[in-house]
Amino acid sequence: MNNLIQNQRTARTMDIVNQGLARRYRAEKRFRLYGIVAIILSMIFLVFLFVSISANGYTAFQQTFVQLDIHLDPEILDAGSLADANYQGLVKQSLADMFPEVTTRREKRQLYGMVSNGAAYQLQDYVRKNQNQIGSVIQIWVPADDDVDMVVKGHIRRDVPEAERRVKDNQLSWIDEFQEQGRLEKRFNTTFFSAGDSREPELAGIKGAVSGSFYTLIVTLLLSFPIGVAAAVYLEEFAPKNRWTDIIEVNINNLAAVPSIVYGLLGLAVFLNFFGLPRSVPLVGGLVLTLMTLPTIIIASRAALKSVPPSIREAALGVGASRTQMVMHHVLPLALPGMLTGTIIGMAQALGETAPLLMIGMVAFIVDIPGGFTDPSTVLPVQIFLWADSPERAFLEKTSAAIMVLLAFLVTMNALAVFLRKKFERRW
Amino acid sequence: MSSSNLLLVLLMLTTAGYYLGRKKAVTVAQATGKGQQILHSRPTYYGALAALWCAVPALAIFIFWQAVGPTVITQLVVAGLPSDLQALPSDRLGLLMNDVKNLVHADIVSGEISVAIQAAADHYIRLQTLSHAALAVLVLVAGIAGILWIQKRITPVLRARNHVETLVKYLLVACASIAIFTTIGIVLSVLYEAIRFFKVIPVHEFLFGLDWSPQMAIRADQVGSSGAFGAIPVFMGTLLISAIAMCVAVPIGLMSAIYLSEYADKRFRAVAKPLLEILAGIPTVVYGFFAALVVAPMIRNAGVTLGLDVSSESALAAGLVMGIMIIPFVSSLSDDVINAVPQSLRDGALGLGSTKSETIRLVVLPAALPGIVGGVLLAVSRAIGETMIVVMAAGLAANLTVNPLKTVTTVTVQIVTLLVGDQEFDSPKTLAAFALGLLLFVITLILNVIALVVVRKYREQYE
Repeated sequence: MNNLIQNQRTARTMDIVNQGLARRYRAEKRFRLYGIVAIILSMIFLVFLFVSISANGYTAFQQTFVQLDIHLDPEILDAGSLADANYQGLVKQSLADMFPEVTTRREKRQLYGMVSNGAAYQLQDYVRKNQNQIGSVIQIWVPADDDVDMVVKGHIRRDVPEAERRVKDNQLSWIDEFQEQGRLEKRFNTTFFSAGDSREPELAGIKGAVSGSFYTLIVTLLLSFPIGVAAAVYLEEFAPKNRWTDIIEVNINNLAAVPSIVYGLLGLAVFLNFFGLPRSVPLVGGLVLTLMTLPTIIIASRAALKSVPPSIREAALGVGASRTQMVMHHVLPLALPGMLTGTIIGMAQALGETAPLLMIGMVAFIVDIPGGFTDPSTVLPVQIFLWADSPERAFLEKTSAAIMVLLAFLVTMNALAVFLRKKFERRW
Repeated sequence: MSSSNLLLVLLMLTTAGYYLGRKKAVTVAQATGKGQQILHSRPTYYGALAALWCAVPALAIFIFWQAVGPTVITQLVVAGLPSDLQALPSDRLGLLMNDVKNLVHADIVSGEISVAIQAAADHYIRLQTLSHAALAVLVLVAGIAGILWIQKRITPVLRARNHVETLVKYLLVACASIAIFTTIGIVLSVLYEAIRFFKVIPVHEFLFGLDWSPQMAIRADQVGSSGAFGAIPVFMGTLLISAIAMCVAVPIGLMSAIYLSEYADKRFRAVAKPLLEILAGIPTVVYGFFAALVVAPMIRNAGVTLGLDVSSESALAAGLVMGIMIIPFVSSLSDDVINAVPQSLRDGALGLGSTKSETIRLVVLPAALPGIVGGVLLAVSRAIGETMIVVMAAGLAANLTVNPLKTVTTVTVQIVTLLVGDQEFDSPKTLAAFALGLLLFVITLILNVIALVVVRKYREQYE
C-alpha cells in the first residue's frame, strides 16, 4: 500500500517534469538564440560600419582631371619674371577660348570655377620645367573643381531641381561637352597622398597628417617603451611589497582608466602653460600620448614578465648571477616579445587618439607638411575630425578615405602584434 | 648648438666614456701583473659605470634647463622692459610678450612693432643664445667631469657591478614613479585652474545650477551672453547618453559573453572573440563620423516617418554608437568572470536536471554578478569619459531633457568646445573647462575604484 503511494507520487513528479519539459526546452533554445543574435548584431554593426565608410570613401582614390589647351603666351610669360606671371589668367583664357559663347560675367565666373585653383600652380610648375615651350600651345591635364568631380562621380545628382543644386545647368552642359571631347578623365588621386591639408577638397591630402602622426608616434614610442619596460621590471622584479609600491600599483591601474581628455587638460596645463612648450607640435603630442599609453604598456609588460617561469630565475641565480644580471640577461629577453606586443597595441591606441590632441592645439589648419618634432602639425585622426566638419560634399569622401587609411594602419599594427605573439608564443 | 646636436654629442661622449672606463680598468688590472682576474667586476661594468656617470647628470641638467629655461628668459625680458610697459595689467603684458615671442620666431605680429618691443625681442634673442650656449657648456662639462671623476676612482677593488646595479635600480624606480607624478600632475593642473574658477563662480552654483551657457559678455551692453555656469544640464546630457549606450552595450555584451563562454565551440570562439574586440580598437573619431554621417540621418528619417520630431544631432545617435563601441568592454570583462565560476557549480546544477540555460541563469550569473557589475561600472566610466563620438554626433546645446531625440551636450563636449579655438586664459569660460575636467576625473575615479573593489572582492571567493 505504502509502496503504491510512493510509486504514484514519483509518477506524478515525473509527469510534472515532463509537462514542463517542452516549455523548458523552448526557453533553452530561446536563450541560445539570444546569444547568437547578440553576436550577430555586433558583427552586423561592424560590417555596416566598414561597408558604409568604404562605400563613401573609395571614390576619393580617384580624381577628375580636365584637359586644357593652353597657349603659353610669351607676352604674359616673360622669361625674367616667370614667378609672378598671371598663370590664373592663362587658365581662364583657355577656358574662355573653348566656350566663346560665354559672355556674361556670371557665366564666366561659373566657367572659370570648373577647374581647381591648383591648376595655375600646376601650370607654373610645368612652365618652369619646360621653358622652351613658351609661345606654343600645350595640352595639360589639370584637376577639376570639387563640384565637377562630384558630378562626374555621381555624388551630385542631375535630376535635382537647379535651384537646390550646387552645380548649375550650364555647368552640367559644359561637363557633358568636356566628356564628349574626351577632355575629362578620372585618374588615380596622387594628390591625396602627397599633399597637406587644403581648403579646396581637390587639393587636400593626408601627407601632412600622416607625417604629423609619424613624428608624434616616434616621440611616444621612444619615451613610453623604455619607461614602461623599466617601470614594469622594477615593479615585478625588484620592488619590495610596501606602501610605496602599492600606491604605484593602484595608481597605474587608475591611470589606465582616466578619460583621455583629462590627459589633454594635463598637457595643456603642464606642458604648454607651465613649461611653455610650443603649441600644436608633435613633441607635446607625443609627451601627452606617452603619459596616456604608459599604463597600457606597463600592465602588458608585467604580464609578460609574470609568464617567465621561476625556474629560469632560479637557474640564473643558482649559477651566481646577481638579481640585475638575472633580469637583464635571462628574464628580459624572454619577456621582450610579450612586451613588444603590448607596446604595439598601446601605439595603435595612441595612433587613433584624438581628444587629448585637440586640447594641445593640434587642430590648427596646417598646410605645410611637418618636417620635424617642433613643426606645427596635425595627426591623422584630428585631420579626419577637421574634414568631417567641412561642409563641402567632396570632403565627405576625403574623410572616409582618410579613415580607410587610418584603419589600414591600425589593422597592420594589430596584425603585427598577433603575428609576434604567435611567433614567440612559448609553452613552458 | 641645437638641442638635437647637443644630445648627439652627449651620446658620443657617453660612448667614449664607456670605452675609456673599460680601457682604464683593463690597464689598471694589467699593471698589477695578475691580469683581468684581479678586477672585482668584468671590464664592461667599469665602462658602463663611466657611461652612466657621464650621461645621467648631463641629461638631468639638460631636461631641467629645457623645462625651466623659457620661463626664466621670459621673466628676465619682462624685467628688462621699460617701466611704463611693466606697469601694464597682466593680460596686456601677456599679449605684449606674445608679440615679442612672435617677433623672435619671425611670425606675424598683432600690432605695430614699437621700439620697445623690438628691443625686448632683441633682448630675448640674446638671452636665448646665451642660454643655449650655457646649456651646451654645462652639459658637456658635466659629462666630461663625470667621466674624469670615475676614471680616477677605477681600481681593481672598485665594486663597479654593484655600483652600476644600484644606479640602474634607481633609474627603474624613477621610471615607475612617473605614474605617480602623472596623477599628481593631473590633480594639480586641473585643481589649480578649477579653484581659480570657483573664486569667480561659487561651487554650489556650479554643482546645482540649472543653466549652462558659458558665453561671457565681452561688452557690458551685450545681449544674451550672461555666462551661466550650472553644470546640471551638462551632467544630465552625459547621463542620458551613457544610459542609452549602456542599454545597447549591456544586453548585447552580456549575451555574447554568455554564448561565447558557455555554448560556442572552440573554433567559433577563436573567430568571434577577436572580431568583437575589433570594435574596441576602432578609433573613436571613426565612430563619431559614422554616428554623424550614417546613424543620425537614419534615426532622423525613421523619426520623420513615424511623425516624431527628431533633431539632426540627437542623444540617441551618439548613445547608440557609443554602445556599440562599449560592447567588447562589457563582453570581455563578463567573459573573464563567467569563466572564473568553478565548473563544480555548473556540474551540480546540471546533475540536478536543470537545462543549460537554467544553469546559466540561476547559478552561473548570480555567482558572477559582482564581477559583471564591476565590468559594467568600468564600461560606464568609459562612456562618461568618451569624447569624440559625442563631440561629432551629440550637439552643443545644453538642454535639460531626458528626451533621447533632442540634442544634448556632455561634459567632454563642453571641455572641447571651451578649449578649442579662440580662448582667453583667466576668463571663467576657459577655466570652466578645468572645473568640468575635475568633476569628470573625480566621477570616473570613484566609478573605477568601486568597480575594482567589487571585481577584486568577487575574485577572492573561489580562491
